[in-house]
Amino acid sequence: MPRFRLIAALVVALLMPLAVMAQSLDAVVADSIDQIEKPSRRTVGPLVDRIAATGPQGLALLQAWADRKLVLTDAGDLLIVDGDDAVDALTGDRMAAPDDRPLRPNSGVRGVIESALVASQLTDPDPARRAMALDTLARSGNADQLPPLRAALDDPDPVLAARKARLEKLMTIQHGTDPAARIAAIEAMAGDVALDFRAVLNPLLATRLVADTDAPQGNVARELRVGDDLPRADALAALVDKGALQPFMTSDEQRAALAANIVDGRVAGTPVADLGDPDIRDATYDALEASGAVPPAATESEAREALEAHRFFQLYAEPDSDVTDAARAAQVSAEVRLGAMKGVDLGLDALSLASIYFLAAIGLAVTFGVMRVINMAHGEFIMLGAYTAYTVQTLIADRTLSLVVALPLAFAVTFAAGVILYRLVIRHLAHRPLETLLATFGVSIALQQLAKNIFGTQARPLTAPAWLEGSITINDVISISSIRVAIFVLALLFLGLFLFIMKRTRLGLEVRAVTQNPGMAASMGINPDRIAMMTFGLGSGIAGIAGVAIGLFAQVTSELGQGYIVQSFMTVVVGGVGNIWGTLAGAALIGGLSKIIESLNPANTLAAQTFMILFIIIFIQFRPRGIIPQKGRAAEA
Amino acid sequence: MTRTPFILRNRSVLPVLAVLTAFTIAVTLLSHAYGSGVIPTSMVKVLGKTLCLALAAVAMDLVWGYLGILSLGQMAFFAFGGYMIGQWLMYARTEDIVAASLAQNPIPPTPLELQQATANQIFGVVGSADLPTTWAFAHSLPLQLMLVVAAPGLLALVFGWLAFRSRVNGVYLSILTQAMTLALALWLFQNDSGFRGNNGLSGLQNLPGLEGVGQAKVSVWFLWASAAALGLCYVLAAWIVSGKFGSVIRAIRDDETRVRFLGYPVEGFKLLVFTLAAMITAIAGALYYPQAGIINPAELMPIASIYLAVWVAIGGRGRLYGAIIGAVVVSLLSSWFTGGRAPDIALPGYVIKWVDWWQVALGLSFVLVTLFAPKGIAGIFDLMPARKDKA
Repeated sequence: MPRFRLIAALVVALLMPLAVMAQSLDAVVADSIDQIEKPSRRTVGPLVDRIAATGPQGLALLQAWADRKLVLTDAGDLLIVDGDDAVDALTGDRMAAPDDRPLRPNSGVRGVIESALVASQLTDPDPARRAMALDTLARSGNADQLPPLRAALDDPDPVLAARKARLEKLMTIQHGTDPAARIAAIEAMAGDVALDFRAVLNPLLATRLVADTDAPQGNVARELRVGDDLPRADALAALVDKGALQPFMTSDEQRAALAANIVDGRVAGTPVADLGDPDIRDATYDALEASGAVPPAATESEAREALEAHRFFQLYAEPDSDVTDAARAAQVSAEVRLGAMKGVDLGLDALSLASIYFLAAIGLAVTFGVMRVINMAHGEFIMLGAYTAYTVQTLIADRTLSLVVALPLAFAVTFAAGVILYRLVIRHLAHRPLETLLATFGVSIALQQLAKNIFGTQARPLTAPAWLEGSITINDVISISSIRVAIFVLALLFLGLFLFIMKRTRLGLEVRAVTQNPGMAASMGINPDRIAMMTFGLGSGIAGIAGVAIGLFAQVTSELGQGYIVQSFMTVVVGGVGNIWGTLAGAALIGGLSKIIESLNPANTLAAQTFMILFIIIFIQFRPRGIIPQKGRAAEA
Repeated sequence: MTRTPFILRNRSVLPVLAVLTAFTIAVTLLSHAYGSGVIPTSMVKVLGKTLCLALAAVAMDLVWGYLGILSLGQMAFFAFGGYMIGQWLMYARTEDIVAASLAQNPIPPTPLELQQATANQIFGVVGSADLPTTWAFAHSLPLQLMLVVAAPGLLALVFGWLAFRSRVNGVYLSILTQAMTLALALWLFQNDSGFRGNNGLSGLQNLPGLEGVGQAKVSVWFLWASAAALGLCYVLAAWIVSGKFGSVIRAIRDDETRVRFLGYPVEGFKLLVFTLAAMITAIAGALYYPQAGIINPAELMPIASIYLAVWVAIGGRGRLYGAIIGAVVVSLLSSWFTGGRAPDIALPGYVIKWVDWWQVALGLSFVLVTLFAPKGIAGIFDLMPARKDKA
């Protein structure tokens, strides 16, 4: 690296027109060796510029000086030490390590030197070095480095030029001295949502709490009212800090102080037994305070007086109110844009959640539409699909292939399970929906326990193929994981497939006929029993597919289905039965709503679910038959 | 027109009361505290709790078997009642303990200090030190006892009014009741719900002020109380379902629309029975949880309510004693099989452990009962030709 730096610096030296006029390093150093030994921040500037102008050797010397690696020997030689090695600062020759201690320029001087170094790096012909200099500035820029940055704004590389311009604005806001320039920079960047800009704005808008009897000097952000926007305890603490109020005593401290002054069962003449009354306690403490036995402490009435006498203000650390106003405006617009982006992100989340609910609920909705029964074991069919995919994965190592096999297999397994359930149980309970509900619940707990007995209680991972891992990131706010996109596509696919079956096939025609009027359909030669069985199988099969999809991002356990079944019911209830668009609307409403409520209070997902269910209960008040209700005679059946 | 008293008309009341009395006396005489000690105290508690479950099942039967509403949220009222009594039990007992520890200070505590220390003791576990507003009445036993009936009753009233008003019925209503109990459970699971989050309320078996009596006696007292509540509520329920009122609600079950056309205020009847059943369930819960000792939000999860429906269905719905039989038989069998005391069945190559397989057996037997014995266990009584019971 040093060699590279040397060559680079050499090229700079050759290119710089200044270099022609520059003195040799020897001459400069010989000229001002005293000043190198004992530099002063105010006067060292020209010297540093002259050394920098001499070329690469001079820059190396400056770097060593700033890094406290430059030694001035008794013989008057300047050496650059690095551990046990040393080189002559003027010639670059290898020398013996000196005994003398290196020069220790103070931080002011080092700031001057480093600015000069940054300035030279910023104009370095190597773009990588210029980028590096910009990184350094962005990380730890200071006011001294602003002028060199401004001087080096032109850059052949458009990307670097943009970065320089941006950094110049950021540094102007942070370190600029001219308020107009700072405001101009803030306004130029308003609406930017990048983290660095927000990080620059935050210290500008930082405030501190000040208690004063009158409006204070300085840049007042706003006045606070105790109780409304300032907790009373904070106001009291501010008063104590200011010295306007004696320290408040907690009830424990007061009790300890009183207990320390018990004499013959009395404290300052009051019997101990009476001290259970808070008023008597305060009075006793005041008596002790008057006698000097305990340190003075604020009483409630003193606190009240002090609070009334004072006003509370938030003061900006930044003195210029125009700057803070501009910064506030910029922050607001950044927050607005950020909010919009978060909204988009939320929309994507909601979309993927809605897809899952749609996949999970569509089977329920269809069977309910055709047979008026709710299949409580639907959640277990979801679980069955997930376990099928898990089993396939243990047999086929290739993740993509196993997923390709698992999807149809999960459909087949749950389709078969649905048909068996229909033949054995549901067919015999026709027209008794509540009994069906309970019987399928029996199946549900049996299946759940069976899964526990077979697969154990621990969660089984279902790993997605590599191309489904990771996420699609649009910017630092908006991103969505690939799996969720895949699930969305899957849901779309099944929506299409379902619509096709329902509208374009014989089966779909018959299903619709049975849904609308089973008796009439039967008299037209449709076998309602067969249709019911097919729909039940189809609905269960889609539950199995949903299980695979859910398993990809959640752990597969025997309780997997339980977590989705209530939401699926809600989707059906809200959407209305017997209509795929209703299910879609229900899923969109429930998915969107739960994400929105969740985003209002991200820490509390439990409350979010509670509110969502409450919303649904209220929603049912206005649309008891769902968003898209069934019409006609079938609706009242 | 002469009317026979309903107790004679409803032939199940006297036998049930007789069996209940005999059972209570027998358990008392066999208990540790008042008799030979054949039945250990823990068993007395199990029996007492079973009576409470039977009471909840009677209320469930009222709602489902007679009114036709399959409520899958009935245990919400049960747990709600438990929480209401638990608040007083926990507060009063903690206050006693805190007062005892504060009395060791030289300075007596102020009422505020006592309350804060108690709140800190109760809510420290969820990271709070203040008494939530939901505990405003916790210091007073009469107020909390009133809340045991009033709060769940109000919940049922509001929920029922909303649901019945918009003519939600059948499977929709079942799902909605399930949603109600799930919403309550999720709300209670939060730490800042004011009910100690998923820690629930604990130490409820210790009655404040009665520490010296001992669990042996207290458990028998609770058995008596549970039996008395079951007996009284059974008579009440039997009275409700007999007579004209009972006819109307059964008619609502069988054809709601027709009853409405006949001019009956269907919603009013439904609301009355639903709320009353919720109150009975809450009383059962208030008696159950002091015997269980602990209550937490998991008790409100929908599965518990579904089990209640299962008991009633297995016992035989539409007849009140069927609900009792179902609750007693299934809950006792469940605790026996899942308690690990049932002998394993060794098949060649596989040992059936009942702990693992009981749920499967229960689920399947439930399907079988629904398919082949819709009248449940109580249907056996119909097979006796001499006793055509038309309760």
